[in-house]
Amino acid sequence: MTKIDSKIPAGPLAQKWALYKEHQNLVNPANKRKIDIIVVGTGLAGGAAAASLGELGFNVKVFCIQDSPRRAHSIAAQGGINAAKNYPNDGDTIYRLFYDTIKGGDYRAREANVYRLAEVSNNIIDQCVAQGVPFAREYSGYLANRSFGGALVSRTFYARGQTGQQLLLGAYGALSKEIKRGSVKLYTRREMLDLVISDEGKARGIIARNLLTGEVERYGAHAVLLATGGYGNVYFLSTNAMTSNGSAAWRAYKRGAWFANPCYVQIHPTCIPVHGSYQSKLTLMSESLRNDGRIWVPKKKEDAEKVQKGELRPRDIPDEDRDYYLERRYPAFGNLVPRDVASRAAKERCDAGYGVGNTGLAVFLDFKDAINRLGKDVIKARYGNLFDMYERIVDDNPYETPMMIYPAIHYSMGGLWVDYELQSNIPGLFVGGEANFSDHGANRLGASALMQGLSDGYFVLPYTMQNYLADQITVGAIPTNTPEFDAAEKAVKERIQKLMSVNGTETVDALHKRLGLIMWDYVGMARNKEGLKKAIADIQVLRKEFWGKVRVPGSTDGINIELEKALRLADFLELGELMARDALHREESAGGHFREEFQTPEGEALRNDKDFMYVGAWEYTGDDQEPRLNKEVLQYENIEVKTRNYKTA
Amino acid sequence: MDLKLKIWRQAGPTAKGQFVDYDVHNISEDASFLEMIDILNDELIEKGDDPVAFDHDCREGICGMCSMFINGHPHGPQKATTTCQLHMRKFKGGETITVEPWRAKPFPVIKDLVVDRSAFDEIIQAGGYTSATTGGVPDANAIPISKENADLAMDAAACIGCGACVAACKNASAMLFVSAKVSQFALLPQGKVEAKDRVKSMVAKMDELGFGNCTNTYACEAECPKEISITNIARMNRQFIGAKLG
Repeated sequence: MTKIDSKIPAGPLAQKWALYKEHQNLVNPANKRKIDIIVVGTGLAGGAAAASLGELGFNVKVFCIQDSPRRAHSIAAQGGINAAKNYPNDGDTIYRLFYDTIKGGDYRAREANVYRLAEVSNNIIDQCVAQGVPFAREYSGYLANRSFGGALVSRTFYARGQTGQQLLLGAYGALSKEIKRGSVKLYTRREMLDLVISDEGKARGIIARNLLTGEVERYGAHAVLLATGGYGNVYFLSTNAMTSNGSAAWRAYKRGAWFANPCYVQIHPTCIPVHGSYQSKLTLMSESLRNDGRIWVPKKKEDAEKVQKGELRPRDIPDEDRDYYLERRYPAFGNLVPRDVASRAAKERCDAGYGVGNTGLAVFLDFKDAINRLGKDVIKARYGNLFDMYERIVDDNPYETPMMIYPAIHYSMGGLWVDYELQSNIPGLFVGGEANFSDHGANRLGASALMQGLSDGYFVLPYTMQNYLADQITVGAIPTNTPEFDAAEKAVKERIQKLMSVNGTETVDALHKRLGLIMWDYVGMARNKEGLKKAIADIQVLRKEFWGKVRVPGSTDGINIELEKALRLADFLELGELMARDALHREESAGGHFREEFQTPEGEALRNDKDFMYVGAWEYTGDDQEPRLNKEVLQYENIEVKTRNYKTA
Repeated sequence: MDLKLKIWRQAGPTAKGQFVDYDVHNISEDASFLEMIDILNDELIEKGDDPVAFDHDCREGICGMCSMFINGHPHGPQKATTTCQLHMRKFKGGETITVEPWRAKPFPVIKDLVVDRSAFDEIIQAGGYTSATTGGVPDANAIPISKENADLAMDAAACIGCGACVAACKNASAMLFVSAKVSQFALLPQGKVEAKDRVKSMVAKMDELGFGNCTNTYACEAECPKEISITNIARMNRQFIGAKLG
């Protein structure tokens, strides 16, 4: 097993980042011009990093899959962004945000990284306000806060139900400024299909496909940053955007980068339930709704059955016949327990036969009490756009009847392994945002994804990448006519040709839906040994079927959306297997990873700290070979590791 | 429900396009408009035909990528709704639905329903931001901003950059898009420092890219999926005149 060096600086926790910055290498302004950096992805992490690196004077090439950097999927984040400002004077501190994040992640994240995240959280809010992000404000003119799951304080800043949009547009503005200045060059409608590693073992470029012309292009740089988001679409149905995919990370993995904790995926408790087989995606209803909405199912099974058949309306069920199961099971946190806990509790009630909706796979999120207490206008001001969205999709009015919700795949905590500098085990390959594994352990708290993306992009990578690049100033421009670029481009073209030549009978989506069902049934909210073994076998069979039966019409020139989807699915069919392997090996329940064999008599997750308090970093060893597991043992020097408790404060 | 579709097919930017008729069957009322097109595309692929190319991504009405002109309206008939959030229950069985790309000179067709909207990025690059660089900014609560102005700025900032306003306008004017960004910053103290240069450069870029003039038909406001108000255009005009006067 390879010895893992996570490069955590020495010194007390609260001083590590300051000490790192004091001693790191820097590149002088004149030399920055000689350095090229590739950034793949223009969401919060990629957009913020590209803008900040451009401001510093580096030559940045930034790539996005959509027609504009403003459309990255960060835009869809609704609820908010956490920071330890303590503006409400309710007892928040940097340490408390750090502590809540480690605990929320079920003690499976690295202390030093998480502390740094909490430390720079306040700078993010300052930065975004300076950019003109229109955060919600109180009548005093000062910033407003609300609470999110897993916290006892109100530390979440928000811009109505469109916080991700506003933060992304802030980063997009900063990026646009640098594009105009000429420090950043923008490449839209490009998809990275391989990472190029030099003969010295350094990341030196990418192979990308121009999605408009179909041309396969080469780009070289002194360092590569992947900020390509998560892999939730391996489940087919998720809250991710349609083009969100795991291919950039997976290609890096196949070039030697370790993939850490792939089994940790977040299942968000408040999504609109599945309604039909033609459905293309699931829609999230922001966690912020749990500030005022109460989650319940009928107390009596016969009531639940009547509701399922449409014979009983929820509003006709009296309060004493309702089971507010989160408030019952977790009195201290109530409806604001972390996402993994809320999702499992919903599944437990539905599996026991108390679910609602015509499938029985839904629970109520009810605003009746909040409307009675605060008035409809206040609720409308807080959540109006979410209520409207719900009504457009479901054709039901949530002001009058409770929303119906069910858990859905939302976020991947796992991702490429990175050290304290957010550098992978491949020198020169950095990974930011959801694409890395670093800060959320086994479960991410609400409003922390935006915080991490912007922390990585604005305040961490511009420092740590510079530390790496300091000795690259004499290297000169990176050539793209090397044997390594030739080989990578050839491999990409062969993969494309192979897909085109199958000429089978199954559409990409039909095969993807089948993968999604395997993943949801066996690598979803509850997992067990037998199911995971079956998932691995089933995925292997499906993968063979894919390469024998997929139909990709059209040609390799010009727009070919089916080809794009087929390339992504080919990678998901391998990534899904690694997720199942990781879940199988991790014989404990932690955060989003719930193994049915490992639970308390009350159904709470049961960790095994003695054997599994490590990051599982998987190493590629060849196609159809078992990957190698490297372990980064987690050391908690500042936090006492406990069983997570949301029942009492 | 069963539906007849007339969809604009165009092989490439310079190819001649035309409407092609399709029939789709057994579409659920709960399906979204794009899911209905997905079903059509599955059938086309099975027949070995080229599926209809269209832009889409988040499918929750926020990324601004979807851009279909449906029965004479950008994003279709439902008010304040993007194409991806439009559901088939808004149509009647047996109806004929006409689907076209955005049509505006600054948004050239790339293929079928996909158009090039990079002109919007160029307008933002001309000045749609504050020039604050990372770091060295004051505490977020150092400048109180009235709730009223913050709310108005947020109303303007809600623009998703889809281009429906341009597609709806007979002059292909981008005034609603540009004024939303100008207004957001005009309403906030952080944006005031560069307000004059911003409005002049953004308007100049808009004109240079070939967007038309505003002749106050209000079609943009009526069709905007985010209900961006034309009062933003009035605010931009005041800003613009003020900036020109010095």
